[in-house]
Amino acid sequence: MAKINTSVRPVKMKRNTCRRLITPYIYLLPTIVLMLVLLIIPIIMVIRYSFYDNVIINKNPVFVGLENYTKVLTDTAFHVAVKNTLFFVFVSIIAHFLIGMVFAMLLNTRYLGNAVKGIFRVVYALPWMFTASVIAISWRVMLNPNGVLNYLLMNSHLIGEKLEWLSSRDFALITVTVINIWSGYPFYMISILAGLQGISTDLYEASALDGANAVQTFFRITIPQLKPILISLLMLDFVWTLQQFALIWMTTGGGPINATETISTYIYKQGFSKYQYSMASTGATILLVVCTVIGIFYVRQQKARD
Amino acid sequence: MIGKKKIWVQALIVVLLIIGAVWAGFPVVWMILNSFKPNAEIFAWPPVWISESFSFHAYKEIFTNPEQVRFFMNSYLITGVVVILTLLIGILASYAFSRFDFAGKNVINTIIVSVQAVPPITLLIPYLSLVVTIKLYNTYWALILTYMVFTLPYAVLMTTGYFNTLPRELDEAVMIDGGSRLRALWNVLVPTSIPGLVSVGMYTFMQAYNEYLFALALTKTNDMRTVPVGINLLMGQHAYEWNQMMAMSVLGSLPILLLFLFFQKYFIAGMTAGSVKN
Repeated sequence: MAKINTSVRPVKMKRNTCRRLITPYIYLLPTIVLMLVLLIIPIIMVIRYSFYDNVIINKNPVFVGLENYTKVLTDTAFHVAVKNTLFFVFVSIIAHFLIGMVFAMLLNTRYLGNAVKGIFRVVYALPWMFTASVIAISWRVMLNPNGVLNYLLMNSHLIGEKLEWLSSRDFALITVTVINIWSGYPFYMISILAGLQGISTDLYEASALDGANAVQTFFRITIPQLKPILISLLMLDFVWTLQQFALIWMTTGGGPINATETISTYIYKQGFSKYQYSMASTGATILLVVCTVIGIFYVRQQKARD
Repeated sequence: MIGKKKIWVQALIVVLLIIGAVWAGFPVVWMILNSFKPNAEIFAWPPVWISESFSFHAYKEIFTNPEQVRFFMNSYLITGVVVILTLLIGILASYAFSRFDFAGKNVINTIIVSVQAVPPITLLIPYLSLVVTIKLYNTYWALILTYMVFTLPYAVLMTTGYFNTLPRELDEAVMIDGGSRLRALWNVLVPTSIPGLVSVGMYTFMQAYNEYLFALALTKTNDMRTVPVGINLLMGQHAYEWNQMMAMSVLGSLPILLLFLFFQKYFIAGMTAGSVKN
């Protein structure tokens, strides 16, 4: 259609190209405005805040250079938060991966009928369907010193006394991590299952003909075939777990004392309990930098797959 | 020998299946059972499995309390608007991405992909100051607009992928007949992409419905609270009404549970699009 126009009327052609140049931006306008006002500008704001003193509260904040960064990076509470976050993130990710993998393999096995698989797929995906506050409350009820978990464990003589799962400094971080593992593995399971179903049966047949056993087949065919999915999953999960706030906030609030303080609860407390918005912004900027680095790898990997 | 091995494998599978089901299902079953108990029996020792005074009392309390009904109304209203606006704006943007080449396409695309790596808590402090400045603090719009920053990028990526699978001849045919671009988009591309759009809509619904951090920090009064924040408000106001919290948790989780059960295929497609590609 454009071709016919060009040969007949050059003036109209010029107007058409002009329109064609502008049209995509008109379609994109709402997206661009939203991303500019609520993503780019806020990121610039938070980075700027981190170089000023007493932002938001003080109408005329003073530029203090890197002072906030020195304060945050030498704050022992921040060190504890980083340490807890690393434990929380790495244990969660590894457990998510292992449980997700085992469940996906179970649901993909040829020993089970489709109906059985269908039922168990729903049951195993259950934790995925609950929002953080529901998960937090349900687990708090189960883990209460007088709760059902202590009863079952004491009755089977696995523990001798009622344990304070969430309010003891020794257990709280592990307990919160377990809750996070429960809430996060279905995403792996479902993604890996989709990946498993996408692997061609020819590959497995060829491997069986070569006389490979189950373990060899798993490491030489299944894992390499799933590799792109696994890399995406691990990177997304790393970023998500790193910034997990709701679950920790509603189970322990970062306590007892600072036993479950993570970077995100640290930032939230600096801002919304202590009204130290500059300190909070500094913590937030540090978190953003870490996530951006991982994000760059993620984007590169996604582009490589396209 | 081979037969024996097979039995062992099957036994192992059954054992793993049961352990897995207990691990995944027990917290949910316990929550549901607790929602039917009187508050005093929640921490009974030994635990009460099915209460002798089994009742819907906790549910009735929630349905007859206007403050708590309001949490649900707020959640549905905010989530509904977010889903509609995300789909509308997302469809327009995806059309541009799928059908045009233009300067800055790569930059905008990269920004959209990278939103997944931006921690919401990083944006929270500037949002607070922005929302207060433009007088949207403690309003629905404060939540709707900020949720869309996270729902829109995903919608654009997924819908663009969908549009890319549809041949250009499809919409060009409409335009040769004298139809406008918008008509081609609305009458041809959108109806053809319904399965993809349903997945996008469900994922958006889930993201918006479950959001906690912004709902906690950008609203203040109880009449503006959403379900995830509201459940926690039942704690510590007067006494801990555990059975009501459980009932509200069950009610609050129902929409997503039902979506999952009835539209499993779309739901899973939406959730895994970020990591699984065909």
